[in-house]
Amino acid sequence: MTQLLWNGLFVGSFYALIALGYSMVYGIIKLLNFAHGDLYMLGAFIGYAMLSSVGVIPASMSITALLIVLLLTMIISGGIGVGIERLAYRPLRGSPRLAVLITAVGASFTLEYGVSAIAGPNPRVFPVRLQGETFDILGARVSAPQIVLMVIAVLLMLSLNSYIQRTSMGRAMRAIALDPKGSLLMGINVNKVITWTFFIGSALAGAAGVMAGAYYGKIDFLMGFIIGLKAFTAAVIGGIGNIKGAMLGGLLLGLLEAFGSQWLGGEWRDVFTFAVLIAFLTLKPTGLLGERVTERV
Amino acid sequence: MSENVDSSTAPRLIGKPASVVSRLFESKQLGWAGFAIAVIFPFLVANNYAMNIATTAVIFILLASGLNIVVGYCGLLDLGYIAFMAVGAYTAGIVSKAWELPILFTIPAVLLMTVLAGLIIGAPTLRLRSDYLAIVTLGFGEIIRLTANNLTITGGPSGIYGIPGVELFGLDLSSPVMFYFFCVVVVSLLVLGSARLGKSRLGRAWRFVREDEDAAEAMGIHTYKVKLAAYIFGAMWGGIGGMLFAAHLSAISPQSFVFLQSALVLMAVVLGGMGNTRGVVVGAVVISLLPEFLRDMGNLRYVIFGVVLIAVMVLRPQGFWPTRAYEPEKAGPDRDGHDQDDGGSGPGAHGRKRSRREHRKVTSSGQERGENA
Amino acid sequence: MSPLLEVSDLQIAFGGVKAVNGLSFSADAGEIVSVIGPNGAGKTSAFNCITGFYKPVSGHVKVDGKDITGKRPAVIAATGVTRTFQNLRLFPDLTVLDNVRGGMHLYGGQNALDALFHTPRYRKSEEYFTAEAHRWLDFVGYKGGRGIPVRNLAYGQQRQVEMARAMARKAKLVLLDEPGAGLNHSEKRELLELCRKIRDLGAAVVLIEHDMSVVMEVSERVVVMNFGKEIADGTPAEVKKNPAVIEAYLGKEDEPERGADAQKEEGES
Repeated sequence: MTQLLWNGLFVGSFYALIALGYSMVYGIIKLLNFAHGDLYMLGAFIGYAMLSSVGVIPASMSITALLIVLLLTMIISGGIGVGIERLAYRPLRGSPRLAVLITAVGASFTLEYGVSAIAGPNPRVFPVRLQGETFDILGARVSAPQIVLMVIAVLLMLSLNSYIQRTSMGRAMRAIALDPKGSLLMGINVNKVITWTFFIGSALAGAAGVMAGAYYGKIDFLMGFIIGLKAFTAAVIGGIGNIKGAMLGGLLLGLLEAFGSQWLGGEWRDVFTFAVLIAFLTLKPTGLLGERVTERV
Repeated sequence: MSENVDSSTAPRLIGKPASVVSRLFESKQLGWAGFAIAVIFPFLVANNYAMNIATTAVIFILLASGLNIVVGYCGLLDLGYIAFMAVGAYTAGIVSKAWELPILFTIPAVLLMTVLAGLIIGAPTLRLRSDYLAIVTLGFGEIIRLTANNLTITGGPSGIYGIPGVELFGLDLSSPVMFYFFCVVVVSLLVLGSARLGKSRLGRAWRFVREDEDAAEAMGIHTYKVKLAAYIFGAMWGGIGGMLFAAHLSAISPQSFVFLQSALVLMAVVLGGMGNTRGVVVGAVVISLLPEFLRDMGNLRYVIFGVVLIAVMVLRPQGFWPTRAYEPEKAGPDRDGHDQDDGGSGPGAHGRKRSRREHRKVTSSGQERGENA
Repeated sequence: MSPLLEVSDLQIAFGGVKAVNGLSFSADAGEIVSVIGPNGAGKTSAFNCITGFYKPVSGHVKVDGKDITGKRPAVIAATGVTRTFQNLRLFPDLTVLDNVRGGMHLYGGQNALDALFHTPRYRKSEEYFTAEAHRWLDFVGYKGGRGIPVRNLAYGQQRQVEMARAMARKAKLVLLDEPGAGLNHSEKRELLELCRKIRDLGAAVVLIEHDMSVVMEVSERVVVMNFGKEIADGTPAEVKKNPAVIEAYLGKEDEPERGADAQKEEGES
């Protein structure tokens, strides 16, 4: 029981990291960034490229090396996210939703197959594998790397939250989410804010990618597809556009999955997750923390 | 202004004078020409490899014209369309093998199951906002594939083998060439059907929903039912496509129904020109044949697809062969025939076009009304 | 004999704000009723509620004695209600004729099988739709091109097309939300004539209008709204003299014109 709880929370913190980017972008420009899951994949591959170019890393240094790589990866994948926004999404701002969604699919496609063209279609083994002893906490087996990764994830989320709540950029983001036109009139540089939003969201996804690579040890070019869908589910559960909701939704989805696959069997895990997504969208499309938006006619 | 363009850069045909080329594109005979090309093809290249690819392309056309109903006409982004093909293929495979039936006898079961799948997928999701719908259909596509992967009746990851080929009135059509012809006939009829639906009262309702859902509701169009109808028609087209696919390959497995396939069908629709059947058919042919020519490039070809998709949306969102919003303008009972303001088209050119259209009107009354075919 | 449209004690809320707060009025067949009031008085919200786009918190809407409160817009439309929108809501990429055909969906006349096999029923109904589309375009006095997409039309013509589409619904109750917004003087005159023509068909016409001269000239009855409810209801002459109305409008002489210009910009963007 506690084992399931822990596993759920652990996986859930990954979902939450990725869901944050989904939710932030959606909150601000009402765009479903399909390519978001692929930034997670990209992060894993960027980390992979950096670590393998360094060569052999002594085991004692692996955490330090990983942290440095994590930081660099966040910057690079953030930059790529910004680039995608510039090239693919910005020209279409104000276009019909259908066109933007299709563009997002195109962006996702480009990233996935771009990586597979460069790195090859077969899975790669991540050069650094986090290993460590396991402890027994309240009957659950918890490993040291899990704790490290969990701490990183929580730190990232907390700093994002205070960034959004405390800084002027964060305030601008919240303002645009509420009323883009009004924010523009109030002198907020909307483009700059959107750029930052993409940067932060993509950086978080990239971080999650590196962490997943280091933890699971194997990465491939389609790894972002399913996780992107799950992160979206998490964002929807929490109430899309809501930052705290995304975190909550991620953890909740992790738990739901842990218990669901216990109940139905591991091979039905993803089916269960998507069923949860559909159930949520049908029954409570605003999610747990989302607000009802009245669409004006 | 657009006299010397080739087919890949068809002129933008909204409210502009028709050029010779675009007149050719709008010609009623074009459908027959396409059909003729498809029929003649085996006489030019008759090896099994070519037949194989051609049959795949023809089935792909059917899928694209089915998705065109959902995305092009109705404006609903379906990212899991291949799920309907999977349902059709598995139904055909399972039923024909379990009862040792000829595969064509599975058509009622295929239609039943795909309509059911359309209802199950559509009923809860079509009330959602359009972008939610897109991602939910993606989830449904995965659910169907994973379910096929997990169940025993579907053969698990290895799928179903030994699905019989097509047999009609005791005639064995399972040879590559005969099966190709069979597919050409079936697909032509269904493509024509989707074009006709697009020009009907229901097809107009789909477009109204696509253009402005609230306005459509205000005019008494039950948008939910209309969207569900689009979904169900799309599902049936996909299901028949799946049946043909199963008969073609005689083996199906979950790997045939991954998201990549859904994305490729969508690409065909988008590149060709959403809502325009002719454009979609051309798009489907290009998308299904291009990978054969780009085989050496490996996965790089999909990168190109992705980039092209973005580029088309940014530069030419209506696709290469867009729907042409134009229709013959029969003079009303008390109209004196003048056009004071027809949105920027030159008066002379407009008059010319009008007389041509009136001529067509006489020769084929009632058929020319829809703005695309 | 109950009136054709009967709105009683209607309340609509957005969050905590009551946009409409106890509105009651009625309209009879063959009558033009204008709904006026300062900006934000809840006129458009009331329209959206009558046509089913907003769900009321309480109160009732009856058309022809039938309670349609809270029904889906399409169902309400089917009971014989049609409308235009404050900011033009046409089908921009479709042709003028197709836009007008939008009002004819409920005529029926063909099903999907008819369309697939091009049965005589299909041909006949399509011919009928086209003839009707031309007829209604003529009815509203539309003189532009008819086979071209509406997005290419001038604003005034788009207004006419929207009117033709609404009329093609052949409804008993016609709701016009600021039909005169953004029109020039002569176009407004034509609009007045058109409203009378619609009334003479036997329909009840309810319109929201800012231009007092239009309101006073065309309406049989005027309902004045402020703060979400009616503050006066009577003939134009009566309403003009009503102290509550004068108070609501005092010092707001230039408001209607400004409002109209803003609408125009919004509609065209």
